[in-house]
This record gives sequence, structure tokens and C-alpha cells, in this order.
Amino acid sequence: MVNNTDRLNRTFAALTDPTRRAILAQLAREDEASVSALAEPHAIKLPAVMKHLDVLDDAGLITRSKTGRTVTVRLAVKPMREALVWLSRYERFWSRSLDRLARYAEARETETRRSGK
Amino acid sequence: MTSLTLVRRVKARPSIVFDALVTPEGITQWWGPDAGPVLQAESDARVGGRFRVRFRLLDGTEHESSGEYLEVEPPERLAMTWRWEGGAEDPEESRVEIRLRTIAEGTELTFTHSRLHDEETRLSHEQGWNGALDKLEAIFAQSAKIEAEAPR
Repeated sequence: MVNNTDRLNRTFAALTDPTRRAILAQLAREDEASVSALAEPHAIKLPAVMKHLDVLDDAGLITRSKTGRTVTVRLAVKPMREALVWLSRYERFWSRSLDRLARYAEARETETRRSGK
Repeated sequence: MTSLTLVRRVKARPSIVFDALVTPEGITQWWGPDAGPVLQAESDARVGGRFRVRFRLLDGTEHESSGEYLEVEPPERLAMTWRWEGGAEDPEESRVEIRLRTIAEGTELTFTHSRLHDEETRLSHEQGWNGALDKLEAIFAQSAKIEAEAPR
């Protein structure tokens, strides 16, 4: 339980970065990729990509395996899916609800000011 | 712990925002993810009091969520438990916290919805949600792609 919670925290921290999300998206499309193939679409150097991969690995989002001099990266989808399902459901629900709440409250504020309170 | 945090700046004073959050009249005006109607809203906004909201989505399905108020400190703090009736969407109880802060333009609202029982929810996902999971993964990949391609 504790381990699972820790892992989820790391998962979300890992997902906050757009480059890391792009790497995950690429892995989702291609099943597996070499480190250099993952670095290629990004305007950053290989060591920076390696750092991103370390973060993703720690979060349990990817696995790496070495064959000769090539490191192959694969998606380890389970924690990501688990977290994304929960988040996406509530993100949609609350984001839209809160937008309407804001509009409603703003209309009430205007009414209150007009009535001189 | 998995949690979702959203922040909104609202051009209204905190007391008005707070009332909108906890009164049945207010809830009826904003609750729900699309323009479908709120069918029923009950809210007893005091510690230990309960809320229950039934709403219909534009696709015609009806949903109900309910919970117990854990903190009610107008106009600044609100916390409650959250559960879907029937449990089809998410069988576990979760927790919602809202903080209202006065800012120059009105109110800054910080909203947090936290999952409490990750392990149990994980098991229920594995048992019944595989189709939805596949779809979500595709959506995620798509949105990440758009983001990656957008100029920064």
C-alpha cells in the first residue's frame, strides 16, 4: 500500500514534464524504441534524455533492456493507466463544473453589486 | 496518493463562491461535466451533514454522487467525502477539498480531489475496465503528441 502510493506519486511527478509525456506517447505508438530514437524529436542532448528516462524508470512507467550497445526502452503501462483513468475522469468532471461555478458566482457578484450591497 | 488539483480565479467575493458551492440553489447551476441538468440537489453544509446530487448527462445517463461534509468554514475551507451512487464509475470513497482565498479580482479557488484507496481501486480497474483503459491510453498518446508538436 505504501509502496503503491509512493509509486503513484512518482508517476505523477514524472508526468508533469512535456518532454517526458512526449517520450511516453512515442513509446505508446512504437511499442519500443532506442534511446537515440527517443532523443531525436527533441531539441535536447542525449544526457538530458537519459535523465528523463531515469525519472520515467523510477516512476515505473518504462523498462530498459540492454542488448550489446543498444538500450531498448519500452512502456510499462500499468501505473500510468491506473493513474490516468482516475485523473481523466475527474479532470473532465471538475474542470467543466468549476468553469460553470465561476460563471454563476460572477453573475451573483454582479447582481449583488447592482442591488447596492 | 493520487490527486487532482485545479485552480480557478473567480471575479466574485469568497462568500458568494462559498454559497454557490454548498447551497442546493447554487449546486443546481453548475454541477456536472456537461450542460445536462441537475435533477436533485440536497446539501446540509455543516460538519457531519451530507450532500447528494443527481444529474443527467446530455447522453441521457443519470448519475448520483454523495458524501459527508468534513470541514465547513465559510468562506474559506470546505472538505467532504465523495462517492458515486451504485459505484459503477469509481467504487471507492474519495475526498474533495476546496480552499478559497481573497485576491484583488475576487477569489482564488483551489480544488483538490484525492483518491484514498489506490490499491483497491487498482484491483477493480484490472477486473473491469480494460476496454476503457485502452481507449484512454490512445487519447493520452494523442494529447501528448499534440503537446509535443505545439510550438514552445
